[in-house]
Amino acid sequence: MPAKRQHIRDHSAEANLFARRATIAFLIVVAMLGVVLSNLYVLQVKQHEDYQTRSNGNRIKVIPVAPNRGLIYDRNGVLLAENRPVFSLEVVPEKIADLDATLDALTKLMSITQEEKDSFFATLRGQRRFKPVALRTQLSEEEVALFSAQQHRFPGVSIEARLARHYPFKSTLTHVLGYVSRINKKDLQKLVEAGSEANYAATHDIGKLGIEKYHEDLLHGTVGYQQVEVNNQGRVIRVLDTEPPVPGKDLVLNIDIELQLAASKALDGERGTVVITSPKTGGVLAMYSSPSYDPNLFVHGISRKNYSALLNSPDRPLINRATQGQYSPASTIKPHLALLGLEQDVIDQHTTINDTGRYRLPNVSHVWRDWKRWGHGEVDVARAIEVSCDTFYYDLAYQLGIDKISEAMFEFGFGEFTGIDLYEESDANMPSRGWKRARFNQPWYIGDTIPVGIGQSFWTATPIQLAHSINTLVNRGERYVPQILRGYRYEDGQVELEPLKSLRPIQISEPANWDIVLNAMHDVVHGEDGTARHAFKDTTYESAGKTGTAQLFSVGQNEKYDEEEVDERLRDNALYVGYAPFDDPEVSVTVVIENAGGGSANAAPVARDMMDFYFRHHTFDPTPLASAVANQGSQ
Amino acid sequence: MKRTTLKPNQISLLQRIHIDGWLLLGLLALMAVGLITLYSASGQDPGQMERQFTRLAVAAVVMLVMAQVPPMAYRRLSVYAYGLGLLMLIAVLVVGVVGKGAQRWLDLGFIRFQPSELMKLAVPMMVAWYISKFTLPPKHMQVGIGFAMVVVPTILIARQPDLGTSLLIASSGIFAIFLAGMSWKLIGFVAVALGAFAPIMWFFLMQEYQKQRVTTFLNPESDPLGAGYHIIQSKIAIGSGGVDGKGWLQGTQSQLEFLPERHTDFIFSVFSEEFGLIGVLGLLAIYLFIILRGLIIASRAQDAYSKLLAGSITLTFFVYVFVNMGMVSGLLPVVGVPLPLVSYGGTSMVTLMAGFGMLMAISTQKRFMSR
Repeated sequence: MPAKRQHIRDHSAEANLFARRATIAFLIVVAMLGVVLSNLYVLQVKQHEDYQTRSNGNRIKVIPVAPNRGLIYDRNGVLLAENRPVFSLEVVPEKIADLDATLDALTKLMSITQEEKDSFFATLRGQRRFKPVALRTQLSEEEVALFSAQQHRFPGVSIEARLARHYPFKSTLTHVLGYVSRINKKDLQKLVEAGSEANYAATHDIGKLGIEKYHEDLLHGTVGYQQVEVNNQGRVIRVLDTEPPVPGKDLVLNIDIELQLAASKALDGERGTVVITSPKTGGVLAMYSSPSYDPNLFVHGISRKNYSALLNSPDRPLINRATQGQYSPASTIKPHLALLGLEQDVIDQHTTINDTGRYRLPNVSHVWRDWKRWGHGEVDVARAIEVSCDTFYYDLAYQLGIDKISEAMFEFGFGEFTGIDLYEESDANMPSRGWKRARFNQPWYIGDTIPVGIGQSFWTATPIQLAHSINTLVNRGERYVPQILRGYRYEDGQVELEPLKSLRPIQISEPANWDIVLNAMHDVVHGEDGTARHAFKDTTYESAGKTGTAQLFSVGQNEKYDEEEVDERLRDNALYVGYAPFDDPEVSVTVVIENAGGGSANAAPVARDMMDFYFRHHTFDPTPLASAVANQGSQ
Repeated sequence: MKRTTLKPNQISLLQRIHIDGWLLLGLLALMAVGLITLYSASGQDPGQMERQFTRLAVAAVVMLVMAQVPPMAYRRLSVYAYGLGLLMLIAVLVVGVVGKGAQRWLDLGFIRFQPSELMKLAVPMMVAWYISKFTLPPKHMQVGIGFAMVVVPTILIARQPDLGTSLLIASSGIFAIFLAGMSWKLIGFVAVALGAFAPIMWFFLMQEYQKQRVTTFLNPESDPLGAGYHIIQSKIAIGSGGVDGKGWLQGTQSQLEFLPERHTDFIFSVFSEEFGLIGVLGLLAIYLFIILRGLIIASRAQDAYSKLLAGSITLTFFVYVFVNMGMVSGLLPVVGVPLPLVSYGGTSMVTLMAGFGMLMAISTQKRFMSR
């Protein structure tokens, strides 16, 4: 349309049109900015608190801080379990410009092995950013010093310290103290069930055995918290608030480490156990189970090889023989049975039998033999203890019957947990009619009762049960639960004693019967024919005790037990229970040595060693014990 | 003493170097806010501050130079600029350099150049040139051709892919046509057509990552650690700023690096977190002032070409602001548009300032002629 083209443009109309459009555009701009603004108003005013919370949730993290585990001391203040700093060389790859060069330099400096590097890279994969990865754990002091001097060359590499348990006495106390080790899935599950997983949020190790496990709650303490500000990488920028952890309680044990060391020395090379307790308190002064092993191996993760060696050793070092070993108590329970006989009026102080070395029941062809083939002749109850006459007790058991025996022996703690503060305890077995029915679905035969009289047949006991029963005897019926824990130690060195745990005492109608039995035990050591008289010859103190020899191997009716011919593992177990001083017993000693032979020749000398050591050193002051008893009594 | 010449006051000095005082005031205020925010957003990095300052200086020089060119010269250059830009866009798709997953750069040997930046100015120039050849308002035919001039580069840039820039370029052309007086009927029709175009765009033109951005935009909480992370952290930053903000350098979202892209596309979140709604109001006032001044310059321009170009540049500037603020506050999908003159980054800043240079040329270089 050429005509239109030649029209003179109406500039003012165009300007008005543009102005109108520009105004509309401006209004739209204002409207749209209004939308933006109202949205910002919603975010910054209406939803401000919500976003404020989320912003804080981003930046504020609560980091749990592990409490220091309580230390463990012996009764004289010797440190038995301590926390040692362990150092590890840790690398934060994100902070390092050239990881390969750094690793090469570290390899030169610290002679890092290829194995360590491989494990480092394996850990690195799938690791959160900025989280340190250990290149080497358990650095020696030399290595720490070596690296520290060169630290400036290695940004992003540092030495991290953590406290880890250490047991300076190594294998000496393993079965008492136990050990801690890394918290595993099973432990975690238990913690969750107990609702205490939060308390372990920062904790590395947990008690797995012994005192460490039993008193875990006391030793662990309470977790602390640090409120920190972190950046988007989770790196801590600053600490906002701190709630310090409460360290675990420092425990003091009844254990006397000197005595414990002596016990471990005495049992060196043997399979057996020594339990030394204080009858007045139930306190365990020493408890050694041989063979033992080094608990420190477990703290940093035992190697598969070492573990399977322990697990498969025929000597079974993992077992705590003192509390888990189930042995025939043999003649060591004769005093208890004697007391029962006297109490039940089945016998009296003057009742005698004529021991010919053989015992038969009426109308039964089976012959039970005395350990002395030709017998002891005329014996009364006291002499039957002194010379350990079997026949007397065959007859006594026969006359008492199994029901009375089981009932009374339960009271002495046989067949029951003593309640010692260890989870590794067996209740062993005190046989009864009900037990045999349940176990074998068989009736109790009269013939089963006879060997019970000499602590054989189905009767088994743990050494701690034996110790407990002897303590009950010497206390004339007062009973205290064997306790390893003595009390708590505070920062100023003061010790608060844990109250004693007493049980319902055994009461008898004729207290003089205690003396008959205890005097007989005195004669075992000091009598002319006492079975322990050789072992305790010329002691500076007066003591009492009872030997025991437990048969593991049934000798045929007309055969003779010949030690030389029997396989070593089937040889007799040697036992001894004793206490001293006779007048005012401070200490009771229980010794069981497996496959050693007779108790008088093999167990009694060890018990004597222990008593000698105890009285020679007198390493602890018995006064607090007495006052603790007094306290207990007034409660 | 004798004085033959009058001492020139400030305004006349600005006039002489073809600078619009009000616009300059607005731009300087914006740059100041930008540098203050960047100092915080960059984590007090003097290196970044230095580079940004250099860029601003270069951009200011570009603006000054562009302001010296008579508007009529721009008009004459329009077709060549557009033609050159189009050729380079095609070249980018064929031999372009890939960076950050997109093919946007043309390596000229001595310089790496983003042709889409040229098109940000060339498209409104071309449309303004074409529409202003005829009397306003434009006929349907002219509108159609104008749209064609917009659509071709828009699609080429969207293919790179660069959704943000193609959006800016499309709007710059459309603004020119709108300001020219395109009939409301036609506007209604185009709006409907665009609505119909949306599914086509979704299925044929948009890349997977762009689709994902839209999905994330619609429901950011669906993937809080993945694609939704940016927008969620940004909203937390803005929302936690509240009315008066956490204070300069005190924004935890930005200082502790929870906020991604905090010195570039998401710098507005840093600003909102640290200066709050009050600060935001101030910043919006500066932007509104610049836009108002730009539209006044456009309205006062002498010829249709200048009016359309000035208006288009101004409104496109607004699109930057709106899209950026919209996307960081969760109103719009994240499309990678910087907050003009505040975000850290070079190319778009130079282009923006070149546009303001043109505005200043239009504002200050008027021929006193009769109609």
